[in-house]
Amino acid sequence: MAKTGTYASILIMWTYIARNILQRIVTLIIVSIVAHSVIHLAPGEPSQVDPSNPRMKPSDIENIRAAFHLDDPLHVQYVYWMRDLFTGELKSFKDNQPVLPKIWQRFLNSLPLLICATLIIWSLSFPTGIHAAIRRGSTYDRTTTFTAYALISIPGFFLSYIMILWVVNTFNVPVIGMKTFGMEDADMVFRSMDRLWHLVIPSLMSAIGGIAVLSRYVRSQMLEVVGQDYVRTARAKGLSEDNVIYRHALQNALLPFVTMFGFLLPALIGGSVIFEQIFAWPGLGRLGYEAILARDFPVILTINFIAAVLTLVGTLVSDLLYAVVDPRIRLQ
Amino acid sequence: MITQAPLSKTVLLDVRNLKKHFPVRHGVFSKIAGWVKAVDDISFEIYAGETLGLVGESGCGKTTAGRTLLRLMEPTSGTVVFDGKNITAMNAAQLRHTRPHMQVIFQDPYSSLNPRMTVGSIIGEAMNIHGLTNGLATTQKVAALLENVGLSPTYQSRYPHEFSGGQRQRIGIARALALKPKFIVCDEAVSALDVSIQAQILNLLQDLKEEHNLSYLFISHDLHVVQHIANRVAVMYLGKLAEVASVDALFREPKHPYTQALISANPIPDPTIQTKRIPLQGDVPSPLNPPTGCRFHTRCPQVMDHCKTTNPPLVQIGEGKMRHQVWCHL
Repeated sequence: MAKTGTYASILIMWTYIARNILQRIVTLIIVSIVAHSVIHLAPGEPSQVDPSNPRMKPSDIENIRAAFHLDDPLHVQYVYWMRDLFTGELKSFKDNQPVLPKIWQRFLNSLPLLICATLIIWSLSFPTGIHAAIRRGSTYDRTTTFTAYALISIPGFFLSYIMILWVVNTFNVPVIGMKTFGMEDADMVFRSMDRLWHLVIPSLMSAIGGIAVLSRYVRSQMLEVVGQDYVRTARAKGLSEDNVIYRHALQNALLPFVTMFGFLLPALIGGSVIFEQIFAWPGLGRLGYEAILARDFPVILTINFIAAVLTLVGTLVSDLLYAVVDPRIRLQ
Repeated sequence: MITQAPLSKTVLLDVRNLKKHFPVRHGVFSKIAGWVKAVDDISFEIYAGETLGLVGESGCGKTTAGRTLLRLMEPTSGTVVFDGKNITAMNAAQLRHTRPHMQVIFQDPYSSLNPRMTVGSIIGEAMNIHGLTNGLATTQKVAALLENVGLSPTYQSRYPHEFSGGQRQRIGIARALALKPKFIVCDEAVSALDVSIQAQILNLLQDLKEEHNLSYLFISHDLHVVQHIANRVAVMYLGKLAEVASVDALFREPKHPYTQALISANPIPDPTIQTKRIPLQGDVPSPLNPPTGCRFHTRCPQVMDHCKTTNPPLVQIGEGKMRHQVWCHL
């Protein structure tokens, strides 16, 4: 009896996952079609990036358009893009390099920044939010509330420039690029220290907005849960205050953040466009920005496609995690 | 109906001049603009083995009184002596060790159970922490408790959302009983349930009271329920007590005009009986700015001039636990 029960639940789980993946594939196709149309319908194209160039003859423009299939109807171009993307043949308009390795390399550059920013955001906003909620109305609570709203209101790029001015004038922390030039031959230890130093300011700045927003969320979630009867029940049981707050309350307050986790990676990639530009970081965001300036359609579209895939995978993972951590959600 | 006086004359819980005022803040600097006097200077006692019903309309401070005397909320002033120990003077650690003896059952069975814990751990957790049992013994104890409240012992591994309201309330009761309390505050414990389920839960509470030798503070706005379960009744109006008496005396000859109006408004499930309603004028005044003198004077049908200025004196009829207390000028 129990055994057939577990088999049945495993079957239910896998059909649930399969159905979800299928739904997400459909979404992905729609997203790619919309993105493709938007990019192509927007004014400007590769042949007109530099129209004042005297060496650009009308025949050259014709050649460029023909080479990139820009004269074909949109749906044909879409099929070309998809075919090239999945066969790995997709090449950048700008330098004729394969797109996927190019993006992969930039992604690896962005990864340390993304990981550091995530770690900073999650490790700072939770303690801040929880303490603000427990000591509601205290000086600590009001200070963090004020600071959070200030940080949400001030644009990140503005704060970053101010920070750069201050840091460059006061400390010896590098603010440009991933590493110092001429360090390639240095010792392994020196090189990694150099990389770490370069990470400090960019990851801190890209995390600040996230900390401000997330700590607010944590605070309001925590406040909501602390007022629940089951927290009062826990206190009436005679449990210690730590047990009440960190086990009974926090356990329930954390639930919504499982969903947020799925959106974290795509959101950070979006933010990286601004911050990698400011700090001259050779990452994915900057690649996208450069591609937009150069009307490099394959690169723009592929980055967009990858971001969409990451979002959908993120939401799938958070859906599954939700089912694991919340007993009220049953897979049916 | 339980109307015979219990034998015990020991005072289990003695509440003296309990006050709970909530600050109302206004403006940029959150200056305190006033106080909501939710519970304003109430005194009563609960004898071992009895059920005291606490009745009153919504917002009169019943729930606040229940929570404050358990120190789930910090009282503004006053003392609560439970079983010879002054609860209001205890520090956090002492209070934690006294908690097992005084438990609470909440109104809403949907929100009072932690949704992420199994029934077994909801009931068993506090037993482990207070060192009453551990390991396998806990499982057995929890099974016994579930049976005690009329649920299957196999429900231990399930989660609260899998149960109906009545079953959840039974889980809540098992949870409260787990720590072998002497005293339980039932805060509108049956108000959220269907009438048929209410009766089951009331009977269960009644049985458990005799079996475990419990005392209840039974907070309710339903006079029928209170009449059914309580030995004595305290009537609250706007943060103050109006009348305290045995259930018989109170329903037979209520002394306070408010109690009289309350009882006259209590429907009798027989359409042929015509009762004389005592209608009250107006609404309950705001507890933020309660009336001077007797709090009930704005709506009292028998109001006199000095009711508006002077606090009503306590009038006592009889002695000991059967005495009838009324706070009224009449």
